[in-house]
Amino acid sequence: MNESAVQGGAGRWFALLLVFDAVAAFAMIAATWAGLLYAGDAINLGGVEQVAQRIFYFHIGSNIAALLGFLASLVGSLGYLFSRRLVWDWWAAAGVEVGTIFGVFVLLSGAIWAKPAWNTYWTWDPRLTTATVTVLIYIAYMLLRNGFENPDTRARFAGIYAIFAFLSVPLTYYSARLFRSIHPIVFDGANQEAQGGFSIGPTMGQTLAMAMIGFALLFFALLCHRVRQMAFESRIDAIRGEIYE
Amino acid sequence: MMAELPKEGGQFRTRGGLAGYFRVVWAVADKDVRTELRAKEILGTMAAFSLLAAVIFGLAFDLRVPRTELVAPGILWVIIMFAGVLGLHRSFGSESDLGTLTGLLLAPVERSALYLGKTAANLVYFLIVEALLVPTLLILFDVNLLKPLILAGLLLGTIGYVAVGTLFAALTARNRARETLLPVLLLPVLAPLFISGVGLTAAVLDGRATSEAWPWIGIIALYDIVVFAVAFLFIDLIWEQS
Amino acid sequence: MTGPSLPLIRCEQVRKRYGHRRILRDVSFSVAAGEVLALLGANGSGKTTLLRIVAGLDKPDRGEVWLGPVPLSNAGHEIRRYVGVVAHAPLLYDRLTGLENLRFYARLYDLDDAEARIEHLLRSLRLWGRRDDAVRTYSRGMSQRLAIARALLHDPPVVIFDEPDTGLDRQSLDDITELFTQLRSRGRAVFVTTHDAARAFSWAERVYELRKGCLQQIAGSKRNGE
Repeated sequence: MNESAVQGGAGRWFALLLVFDAVAAFAMIAATWAGLLYAGDAINLGGVEQVAQRIFYFHIGSNIAALLGFLASLVGSLGYLFSRRLVWDWWAAAGVEVGTIFGVFVLLSGAIWAKPAWNTYWTWDPRLTTATVTVLIYIAYMLLRNGFENPDTRARFAGIYAIFAFLSVPLTYYSARLFRSIHPIVFDGANQEAQGGFSIGPTMGQTLAMAMIGFALLFFALLCHRVRQMAFESRIDAIRGEIYE
Repeated sequence: MMAELPKEGGQFRTRGGLAGYFRVVWAVADKDVRTELRAKEILGTMAAFSLLAAVIFGLAFDLRVPRTELVAPGILWVIIMFAGVLGLHRSFGSESDLGTLTGLLLAPVERSALYLGKTAANLVYFLIVEALLVPTLLILFDVNLLKPLILAGLLLGTIGYVAVGTLFAALTARNRARETLLPVLLLPVLAPLFISGVGLTAAVLDGRATSEAWPWIGIIALYDIVVFAVAFLFIDLIWEQS
Repeated sequence: MTGPSLPLIRCEQVRKRYGHRRILRDVSFSVAAGEVLALLGANGSGKTTLLRIVAGLDKPDRGEVWLGPVPLSNAGHEIRRYVGVVAHAPLLYDRLTGLENLRFYARLYDLDDAEARIEHLLRSLRLWGRRDDAVRTYSRGMSQRLAIARALLHDPPVVIFDEPDTGLDRQSLDDITELFTQLRSRGRAVFVTTHDAARAFSWAERVYELRKGCLQQIAGSKRNGE
């Protein structure tokens, strides 16, 4: 991504971004419609669980967005540390900010679904543990950024932390899995111990795909807006610096 | 008045190799421990906190927990996690308050040797505190943690904790909010150590087969390796401008 | 630029910004062996930044610093042996004694004849009698002298002083002037910052001022011209 292109304000890029916003909005409306109305009922569920399972589209969609955010943080951080260009750092920071919001959605939607399905809002299932710890790590990342004035120092230190964070997540997952697992592995009928799993029909598969695409587009739209905002902030700082000189 | 300056020494030389590297590590660790033994800032705080926390946990769980073995693993690791954070921020905090970090960075030594020296000093503090904590838990909770596998896990876990903690202490040394920030940064990244430590301690206390303890040791050892590898990759970046 | 011999410090087109604040704009200068260069400037004018860049503690965004024949951007950590710094803070551990402080730094610099050098410096800086007292019990002047001992311990060809005159009494100031004379006669390059213009002229062959990130020479050389 070219720095001047991002800073271009209301140019071609901004028009393109608005079009992208519209596409993302449409995809989200379609995914919501499909999730609530189009997708068929789950065959093996009844009562409240039957209603609750529809949150699954929202849950998985948010999950995709959160994962993309954390991927952006890793790529952006590595990019910054190798190239020392602040644009990379903006992508990393924006990825964490947007990803964290979706991460919180994942946890909340999971908890709401778990009450009828598992009869508890919360368990220390490995994926749940890992997701929670990851969200906490990225909140810490944002707090760390907050404490530095100099954008280069901030980018360097935040980048190092993001890489540590990214590496600790799989280890958290494996250690938590050694503890126990009751998370449903939805697409795998062989897992007898998982509670609340359900088999998936064709309309459900299509809806799931729509939700994943919708959330991914929404994520990218928000990411681009946040990066654009950071480019403006940086530009304002530069102008302010020139005025004071 | 000032007399003659000493004779000129050889300014450029590369000698020592690995032995020279570890002489620096040793010099830094020795200096830190020596200073700490006089100030007793870090050790005093960490030890007092650990004993206090053990007593508070004892009171909190008294009569509510049928067998203390059930909660002892958690208590052990929670106390270590929190006590550690208390001590770690001083490790670069005092250097950055005195300005002596600049003195270290001016020296013709590898940055990673400074980091390793600091890590070694912190390891000494942690091990001293743990040596007090384990017998305290034996007395207060009647739980014997003096088992080879538990101690091995404790040692490996402490090494990983200190390695990542020292690095983050360097990261936050000049941050506006270093005291409050360090635990927020550190604790979630320590999750694998914490979970594995508790898992290992519980497995041993429950008297399960030794083979069930090894995967935990494996995760902790893997964590240590990853942390040191990443720390060595990035330590120069932290101090390239300070 | 400065005669036939290679300058010990050579700074070329050094540029530095913090965020969007430009601290240094294309700063160039050099200091030859046996020369004292003084740098004036208000607080926040970038004096300390320039000094840190020359000491290798900070990297310039653009430009290059040579210490002797070696470019800093491309030197290993051994280059730091070339520089001694008397910083604003004394860089001493206040819980350790004067002797322990110097011994610690001697270990970092891996000196051969550490004990002899330490004793010599402590004696010549009138600190030998207090060598076993913790630095926290030292007066400002004493810690300043110990800081000088710390910086000269490895006998570097380039010595950098960051405002060595703040908060010192007459005697200590005379000591510093005397020290500069000695360093000059021993062929060291000295780079010193100060607030006090009169003192800068009494110390240095050349005096520069840093204003808005640009370097301006405000006095010619006392000896050979530029």
